[in-house]
Amino acid sequence: MNEDYTPTELLAYVAAGLLEDGKSVFVGTGLPMIAAMLAQRTHAPNLLIIFEAGGIGPQVPVLPISVGDSRTFYRAVAASSMHEVMSAGQAGYVDYGFLGAAQIDPYGNLNTTVIGEWDHPLVRLPGSGGANDIGSFCWRTIIVMRQDKRRFVEHLDFLTTPGYLDGPGARERAGLPTGSGPYRVITQLGLYDFDEDSKRMRLLATHPGVTVDDICANSAFELIIPDQVGTTEPPSPQVRRILREIDPTGMVIGK
Amino acid sequence: MDILQTGQGELIGWHDPDEHRAWVAAHKSRALEDKRTTLREAIARYVPDGAIIACGGFGHIRVSMAAIYEIIRQHKRDLTFCGKTAVHDSDVLIAAGAVCRIEVAYAFGHELRGLSPASRRAVESGRCQVVAEISNAGYQWRFLAAAMGLPFIPTRVMLGTDTLAHSSAKVIEDPFSGKPIALLPACYPDVVLMHVHRCDKYGNCQVDGIAVEDFELARAARRLIITTEEIVDEEMIRSQPWRTLIPYYLVDAVIEAPYGAHPTLMPDRYYFDEDHIGEWLRLSKTDEGAAEYFERYVYSVEDFAEYLELIGGEERLEYLRQVEHLEAPLRAPWLEEKK
Repeated sequence: MNEDYTPTELLAYVAAGLLEDGKSVFVGTGLPMIAAMLAQRTHAPNLLIIFEAGGIGPQVPVLPISVGDSRTFYRAVAASSMHEVMSAGQAGYVDYGFLGAAQIDPYGNLNTTVIGEWDHPLVRLPGSGGANDIGSFCWRTIIVMRQDKRRFVEHLDFLTTPGYLDGPGARERAGLPTGSGPYRVITQLGLYDFDEDSKRMRLLATHPGVTVDDICANSAFELIIPDQVGTTEPPSPQVRRILREIDPTGMVIGK
Repeated sequence: MDILQTGQGELIGWHDPDEHRAWVAAHKSRALEDKRTTLREAIARYVPDGAIIACGGFGHIRVSMAAIYEIIRQHKRDLTFCGKTAVHDSDVLIAAGAVCRIEVAYAFGHELRGLSPASRRAVESGRCQVVAEISNAGYQWRFLAAAMGLPFIPTRVMLGTDTLAHSSAKVIEDPFSGKPIALLPACYPDVVLMHVHRCDKYGNCQVDGIAVEDFELARAARRLIITTEEIVDEEMIRSQPWRTLIPYYLVDAVIEAPYGAHPTLMPDRYYFDEDHIGEWLRLSKTDEGAAEYFERYVYSVEDFAEYLELIGGEERLEYLRQVEHLEAPLRAPWLEEKK
């Protein structure tokens, strides 16, 4: 048993485990990039990595700082355009997408635009960027974010990116692609999915050392807590070694 | 046809397609003409106060900083910015008081480096107004509609969200599938500033690496100012015509500006100057600091060549070339703080 892993290493490992070989994933900078690279170096060597600025299938030599960084198309199969990759998403070629957020609600809708009122912001955040596109188009979106009562909220200050909107069938009624939507949420406390009937967030597993009480105490909305809740598996020393190879400077993983 | 929803964001940069055709017919020359000029002349001529402007590249990738500094140097005012993945470009323009309105796909952030203190302060205090929201794909498709000479383009983004409610899009029932579909209005910026790897004196441009949305944006622009790492002979363009991303008739001005994207990244040429971006992020935490930055790097220098000397000249630029080619390790103030 290895107990000296960092929280970021655990998140990267859990996120990587969700990705399947032979599928495609839209990644951003930071943790999603690490997770996708870890998946490629372990169970999913044929994972296709796509960047929203146009990089397709790169062999990333060192961690990119930006999703348009030259590292995102280093030895890639194509250095294309936003139109190319976003159209691929719209047409159904992209399986997974990673998203972060400042706020999430029970249906997996996300806010990255503003805290406070839109026309009188307390905090102005960057806006959608590619998040709305990824959340609209990818078959399965994976949300990685910090969890506390200010971030897990009943009502968002602004709905930037669609989750399941207000429940079952809402995405399709709005005109979003059928069968797409949030798949998993990963926080520093646990791993969640969405109940098939209500489309509300449901606890799937807690991280080692985290209790269900911790989970509930850090959400302002009621989470679905099933009778059986698993525990996530911590990264092995071998996985941690690979993570250090991927991020030698500690840009994302930290020192 | 029933309109199911109308976004309440301000519609910027839209023209009736026939009006735009007439404008193109009257103002865009099809003649193969030498368009070389200076940045001072190009900015003075094509960027009036109040114009709607957009930058090529991707926020801090291949951004024409040479043109942006010249806009600041000439004290342009009341500009509206197309914030299609805007990072360093919009941050300095807002901080300098040149841009006071912005349509936002992505702005006020520096990706892994954190949020932009200066432009966030401007928006939260009301000095800069967000006129509409949109997504990255949505903005690029607004430019695609313009490039095609269409009034709008149908897409499946933003549906069901506040992003759409605060955008300039409309939702209708698609007459083919019967499903709701978002119509994104064309966007024709008055002026686009774009930095490329090489072009000839007529403006036939080649770009190495990802095009991002510059194919669409160059064609959506009413006026297109090109800064280039180098001006090459026409023969180089004609020997490999399949490499031309932007043909000359779209271009209004050509300015040779080596390292013209510094401190942003120029693919295969030079990496981000993280020390310089770090200095900006540190200074721009206060209005006084931002003013100090502009005084040092923009107002007190004559042109971009003098600026390049100020940031460390040949030695510095050689280091950035090495980082881009993975021959030297990256140094970054924000990376040091993480350690």
